[in-house]
Amino acid sequence: MAASPTQTRTVQRVLSRIGFYLLVIVVGAFFALPMLWLIFAPFDRTPSLSVEVPSFTLANFTEMFENPFVLSSLRNSVLLSVITMLLVCASAALCAYALSRVAVPGRDVLLYILLLFSSIVTGSAAMVPIFQLMFQLGLINTYTGVVLVMAGGLLPAGIFILKDFMDTVPESYEESARVAGASSVQILKDIVVPVVRPGLAVIAVWVFVQVWGNFLMPFILLRDPAMQPAAVIMYSFYTSGGQADLSVISAFSLLYSVPVVLMYLFVNQRYGFRFHGGIKG
Amino acid sequence: MTAEPEAAEREATDEESATGGANVLGNKGAAAFVAPAAGLIGLFLVFPALWTLYLALTNMRLTGLAAAEPQFVGLENFLNAVSEGEFLNSLYVTLIFVLGSAVIGQAFLGFTLAWILRDWRGWQRQAFEVLAIVAWIIPASVVAFLWIALLDGDSGTLNTLSPVNVDWLLEYPLLSIIFFNTWRGTAFSMLLFSAALNSMPPSHLETARLAGASFWQQLRDVILPSIRGHILTTLLLISLWTFNLFTPYLITAGGPGSQTETLPIYIYNVALSNGRLGFGAAISAIMLVINLIIAWIYLRVVGKQDA
Repeated sequence: MAASPTQTRTVQRVLSRIGFYLLVIVVGAFFALPMLWLIFAPFDRTPSLSVEVPSFTLANFTEMFENPFVLSSLRNSVLLSVITMLLVCASAALCAYALSRVAVPGRDVLLYILLLFSSIVTGSAAMVPIFQLMFQLGLINTYTGVVLVMAGGLLPAGIFILKDFMDTVPESYEESARVAGASSVQILKDIVVPVVRPGLAVIAVWVFVQVWGNFLMPFILLRDPAMQPAAVIMYSFYTSGGQADLSVISAFSLLYSVPVVLMYLFVNQRYGFRFHGGIKG
Repeated sequence: MTAEPEAAEREATDEESATGGANVLGNKGAAAFVAPAAGLIGLFLVFPALWTLYLALTNMRLTGLAAAEPQFVGLENFLNAVSEGEFLNSLYVTLIFVLGSAVIGQAFLGFTLAWILRDWRGWQRQAFEVLAIVAWIIPASVVAFLWIALLDGDSGTLNTLSPVNVDWLLEYPLLSIIFFNTWRGTAFSMLLFSAALNSMPPSHLETARLAGASFWQQLRDVILPSIRGHILTTLLLISLWTFNLFTPYLITAGGPGSQTETLPIYIYNVALSNGRLGFGAAISAIMLVINLIIAWIYLRVVGKQDA
């Protein structure tokens, strides 16, 4: 007996629902599985590469803090991230403001090309000349070198995003301030910056996260282990037997990841972590 | 660059702001404001890229005689590169990696997630978004260990949970880093596609649905055309990022053999490990050109469809 059209449709709908939930579960598992190790291994008495229900302990953290490089590397990461963040925010704000207010022919095209260019050059493709440049300038094994390279690579995107925010500031505000005798710097500081604060916050967090996680630049530009940030020092945690020291590595991974996750939660709660007008097709 | 997708769209608003703005900030003031950023970008972004082209024409080495006085060797490095099997292998590995993890992996999964989450509210949506975004923002060094722990042959999570016992990183190294990068970067595509889907007028879909269009018809005739710009922007950026990604080095170091030796890893091995700076610069230059070609193709596609 042939099923009636309504029955067929019901069956189809049930099947497609089942397929849908299956898809959701598979995708969810795909994202969750690799994360389990980060949550369980740091608290496991015998951390291995597999995920197991841990026999709970905080010993890994105690052991971690006995390693002299742990705290110094985190301090180095904070230092590099904060300095780069300040440099990028300040110079991107100045530049984005000027570009938003003054007509330069081909400005948008130029910005767009620089944005593409920065995603190309930052890191890998320019590894050799960046190393050479820093070598010639005597900036190998200095934070100045790392900060300058990171800032140069991150600025185009920072300007690109910030300019969108600057464009939304009504110029009538600035004109009234100008009439009242305010200087350009005062206008920027007292009128524009408060309005574009969400944009600045987004860029600040974004730069911080980029530098905090960057491996390649400190890896090639810094030589002294005591100067290395967390991203690089992770690869020097070995047991006396020459094996990767998983108790230190797992605990350190968690500690090192927490700041960026907290920052994301902060931005998400405060400003909503979504693309609004910033990047559009 | 007439194909630049946003210029035309913005022209109108720019002109308004520009005429009013000239008196807010004089030309000299503007130049002073732009100078710090321009200096940093010029010195540490544009100059290294140009210098690559010069270095590529020399036999510069990291140490020894050729470090002090590099000789001009013309196109020798380029000729050596294209005749060297290792370079061609690396190029091939990179293309598979970009195609598999960026174009198919991140963009496809990102769109699927954006579509699934489109009318979800509440904690389920939050959970998905937080998972994907945390995967995207935690430091690469940590992510590398997570994936080693997941895929390890002896005691990896995947082998513990499943009946089969496979040494993924040894037997399927390229596939492993493709899955790694899909996991790592999908959040960006998801967020961008979510924004795109949200900005679509609901009435368009409503009309299509009332006209009896199936899901695939809606997708092909209504959804994809109206977010075409977003799709191209996403594809462009994630392709470039993936092309230049160094993180696989932290998982496989390019191995086993050179099965996962993408171009960035190849450059690192050739130039900074083996000290052949000139040769490495030539590979960098080729990489820059490929990047520009990718960008150019995407921009052409945008331009053509606008016309």
